[in-house]
Amino acid sequence: MDYTYYPGCSLESAHSSYNDSVKKVFSVLDCNLHELEDWNCCGATSYMSVKEVVGFAISARNLALAEKHKRDVIAPCSSCYTILSKTHRYLKELPELHEKINECLKEGGLSYNLTVNVRHPLDVLINDIGLEKIKEKVKHPLEGLKIANYYGCQIVRPERGFDDTEEPMTMDNLFSAIGAENVYYPMKVKCCGGMLMTTYEDVALKLSKEIIESAVNNQANCIVTTCPLCQMNLEAYQGIINKTYKTNFNLPILFFTQVLGLAFGFSEKELGINKNLTPGLKLNGTLVHQ
Amino acid sequence: MKIVDIKIPGKLSQKEEDLRASFLRQLEAIPNSEKIKSCIQCGTCTGSCPVSYAMDISPREVIALFRAGDLETLLHSKTIWVCASCYACQTRCPSLIKVTDIMYALKRLAIEKNIYPPHFPVYSLSKTFVNIMNRFGRLHEPLFLVAFLMQTNPFKLFSFMPLGLRMAKRKRIAYIPSRIKNIDSFKKIIKKAELMEMPNVHEEVQYMKDTVGYGAVDKGIVLEPTKK
Repeated sequence: MDYTYYPGCSLESAHSSYNDSVKKVFSVLDCNLHELEDWNCCGATSYMSVKEVVGFAISARNLALAEKHKRDVIAPCSSCYTILSKTHRYLKELPELHEKINECLKEGGLSYNLTVNVRHPLDVLINDIGLEKIKEKVKHPLEGLKIANYYGCQIVRPERGFDDTEEPMTMDNLFSAIGAENVYYPMKVKCCGGMLMTTYEDVALKLSKEIIESAVNNQANCIVTTCPLCQMNLEAYQGIINKTYKTNFNLPILFFTQVLGLAFGFSEKELGINKNLTPGLKLNGTLVHQ
Repeated sequence: MKIVDIKIPGKLSQKEEDLRASFLRQLEAIPNSEKIKSCIQCGTCTGSCPVSYAMDISPREVIALFRAGDLETLLHSKTIWVCASCYACQTRCPSLIKVTDIMYALKRLAIEKNIYPPHFPVYSLSKTFVNIMNRFGRLHEPLFLVAFLMQTNPFKLFSFMPLGLRMAKRKRIAYIPSRIKNIDSFKKIIKKAELMEMPNVHEEVQYMKDTVGYGAVDKGIVLEPTKK
């Protein structure tokens, strides 16, 4: 199967481990990811909050570039996924906006005809490839690993896409199929604070703390996430959370593709687990990374 | 039902009428935003909101204030800036009101009317983001963070040093910004789109005192607009 791949800015630098692990996992499953040529930043939530038309226009540029390949677009970053699919839906529902945006795109020699389907890799894994095929490729079942599945906000909520908004199960089903144990985790769709970490830090620290705390209280070995910003908040700020709340957290925060990659037999280096800041994921009693 | 059918609650001041007109224009760019009329004031939004405890006006009150014809108070609230955009309110609203999108519309309106303090972190963050995007076509995270902190709180740069070093050690920092190839066509698209943005220019420039960010409400500070 062939897909157009939109990595996004975050996966280029701070979260190259997500990028690497997505590519590794999909290569095992006979999927070809063709990176979208000359893609630009989706604009994230920041652009939308200042300038709306420009926000839609730059996001639509990516859709216009992807359109000619006639393939579904895979966007692993939750924010990119949401913004790109939101742009598609808004342009579809508001013909006036669509016309406006196409006028802008024309200046750059492009146009968008509303045919692109934006997908999240989790959606593709479960609904296109299927758990049966994934199970076949598992070399090291994740027995004994207790996972807290953290979906975050953006992939389940605004666009009501491929999973439930309150109790999503795709990631749980994926990991139970390959031998891991999913712990009870009521915080799975709670907000980590997102960009508030840079503007209202006290608020974001509280939200992130509650997410880690719940995983620790339910005896999880790690939190597994789909979003670069959630990963950053939960991982890089764990030390500051510990200092602020006098806690003692030391929980690995991994991308779901990194954990899946371990089951497929890739090394921690290939999956970028050695780039993570929090140490100590135990798998089958051995330390995967420290 | 259309946006224009939304009735005004009574006699409004000239200023409030202008704000209302701009706000309704913002709503037109959101599908099904006329649902704002159907609010039953149940409070599901406030109950679902993970940050409502830090707000001065709850999400339920936001809709109520709009209906009461008091956008000015809304635009001066901390609420619109503290919203984390998690969409919990929007997906749970039994009346299908686009609460999160309405928060965005209010943010844009406040920016358009210049209602925010100088060096205000949320605005500076967005502004820095936009500047880097317009230059490179992609976001360079280290440059973004440094430029943002230089504008808002340069001393905080020092507290980020240890984290930065840890990131660098694990090869997670890209030192050279990546730039898209077709930057000229990208800039042309932005230029055209900027012309299509809100038609009216800033009629009246207002500045607030630097009391919105970082816990102004906790300190019990009342927000008052001051003329420049």
